[in-house]
Amino acid sequence: MEQLEYEFDGAGSLRQSGPAVLVGVVSSGNLEVLVESAELGGRGRVVVNTSVRGFGEIWQAVLTDFAGRHNLANLLISINDAGATPAVVSLRLDQAAEEFYRGEP
Amino acid sequence: MALHSCDTLAQNRQARLGRARTITGGKLLRPEQVTELLEAIIEPGDRVCLEGNNQKQADFLARCLSRVNPENVHDLHLVQSVVALPEHIELFERGIARRLDFSFSGPQGGRMAKLVGSGTIQIGAIHTYLELFSRYFIDLTPRVSLIAAQAADAAGNLYTGPNTEDTPVIAEATAFKNGIVIAQVNKIMDEVPRVDIPADWVDFVVESPKPHYIEPLFTRDPAQISEIQVLMAMMVIKGIYAEYGVQRLNHGIGFDSAAIELLLPTYAESLGLKGKICSYWALNPHPTMIPAIESGFVKSIHSFGSELGMEAYIARRPDIFFTGADGSMRSNRALCQAAGHYACDLFIGSTLQIDLAGNSSTATIDRITGFGGAANMGADARGRRHVSPTWLKAGQEAQGRNSSMPRGRKLVVQLVETFREHMQPAFVEELDAWQLMEKTGMDIPPVMIYGDDVSHIVTEEGIANLLLCRNEEEREQAIRGVAGYTPVGIARSRSAVENLRDRGIIKRPEDLGIDKRLATRDLLAARSIKELVRWSGGMYDPPRRFRNW
Repeated sequence: MEQLEYEFDGAGSLRQSGPAVLVGVVSSGNLEVLVESAELGGRGRVVVNTSVRGFGEIWQAVLTDFAGRHNLANLLISINDAGATPAVVSLRLDQAAEEFYRGEP
Repeated sequence: MALHSCDTLAQNRQARLGRARTITGGKLLRPEQVTELLEAIIEPGDRVCLEGNNQKQADFLARCLSRVNPENVHDLHLVQSVVALPEHIELFERGIARRLDFSFSGPQGGRMAKLVGSGTIQIGAIHTYLELFSRYFIDLTPRVSLIAAQAADAAGNLYTGPNTEDTPVIAEATAFKNGIVIAQVNKIMDEVPRVDIPADWVDFVVESPKPHYIEPLFTRDPAQISEIQVLMAMMVIKGIYAEYGVQRLNHGIGFDSAAIELLLPTYAESLGLKGKICSYWALNPHPTMIPAIESGFVKSIHSFGSELGMEAYIARRPDIFFTGADGSMRSNRALCQAAGHYACDLFIGSTLQIDLAGNSSTATIDRITGFGGAANMGADARGRRHVSPTWLKAGQEAQGRNSSMPRGRKLVVQLVETFREHMQPAFVEELDAWQLMEKTGMDIPPVMIYGDDVSHIVTEEGIANLLLCRNEEEREQAIRGVAGYTPVGIARSRSAVENLRDRGIIKRPEDLGIDKRLATRDLLAARSIKELVRWSGGMYDPPRRFRNW
């Protein structure tokens, strides 16, 4: 296991805190993503627990693009990864963010 | 001046048949006579064709040949489509065979690479199927061919059933050049259901102790198709099939193209594309085509071979498949390869590695796998002259406005996720094929599809249209621009890629109006093998290993 942690500036205004959202499953080639509100001074934090070592740079690139697509202000995102490809990671992150903000403008 | 003899091959054939008469008086052999007969008939240095494709295998005859005494039978030159069985490799290890011209090696690729490295196997060349079959009639004509069929009658007429595959081309090349044809069959019948190979092309027949092996190579369980593959299939259907009105095509093997097949009755139908795309196919009878056939998408399918479990379904769909008077399918690999090359407007397939020029290869450093048919399908047909709207549109895109001579071209699409399993990037600066060339002493690296034949590359990130690229730099950035988070993708010029996107050379799902959230497995017309059986009205009978209910 390897734990990686990343922080991003939030974009735009702070959102109201809603219930936590969990998408995906921890099975081979897949991952689960938990999105919840947290008091992070307007920043966003992503904590990755992954079964595959040595891909820190790719995580950084995938998550930076994700932070460019969504406002991560005061969001804590926890990822349990079982060897998902970047394509699956991006898809799950987008699903989780959209689910979390569902109904909001 | 001596008269030049002009019938040495015929005399040699008679000498061989004469030696055979000490073993059998007729055409029919008992299984235990076969090895002895092969020793009597085959001469050292002979060119021998051992039928075996990635589907049907003349496995009993291969085993008999591997048991001959290498003191009597040695230095053979094998010419055959596929090196698939352990016996094929044993022929070389025992010194029975030395030289090899072939097309594909699949499961034996690792052992083969070692034996080539040690000099035990001398490879003439690795071919595409059509190329190898062509050489059977020019400079690689077999002296002896060992073939496989479903049944024979006492006269030696052969019935191949749905898996005709390579048999006609092998038998014809051998029989009409005074060679010797020996067939293994699953059973001897009083009367065969139809004659696929006439008796006077066949010298000996043996009823094999066990039916010949057939690999269910084209069965893909829909349960294993991922959401990413669904997303890529949506992009292909909307961004390529609809865009070019692709009516005549061939699909490679794999879950990526199986996803497209299973989206025809759902996603493609919802876009109003029935009748406008995917009507005519050069294709093995993929079980994942059943929902599209049952939904009325498909007008015709001609096949290279058959597929285990599809026989009864095919027999009841003679409007779609090519079937004989007996009701069962007739496949023919050589003709289907020619059809796929000349009469299809599109090929789509997956690969292991793509470089920055779009060259693709399935070779890895430790395995010699060869080419099979994809290279014939995935190449522009330079001898083509008939026009279709698809072919013409592709040609116009490739030529730009500069050409004074209008000409079309084939769409050749590579469909890959940016990372394969174990995080192996599909995009690389240099193909492993170069290292394999060095290691095995080949003259050129084994490239499956050359970059200048590729028209589009599709990944989960989007579609790169290489036809519209006007120079090598644009082409390289177009490829980097769909290469995702691979090192090749990360090293892109973001401004160049955005420029290509503005010009429609790169298209993202959102540029195609595709909502990624809709890319779920719910879009698949069948999500399991059992649902394929249901679509077929119970006529598809999947092999046991695919039954999990």
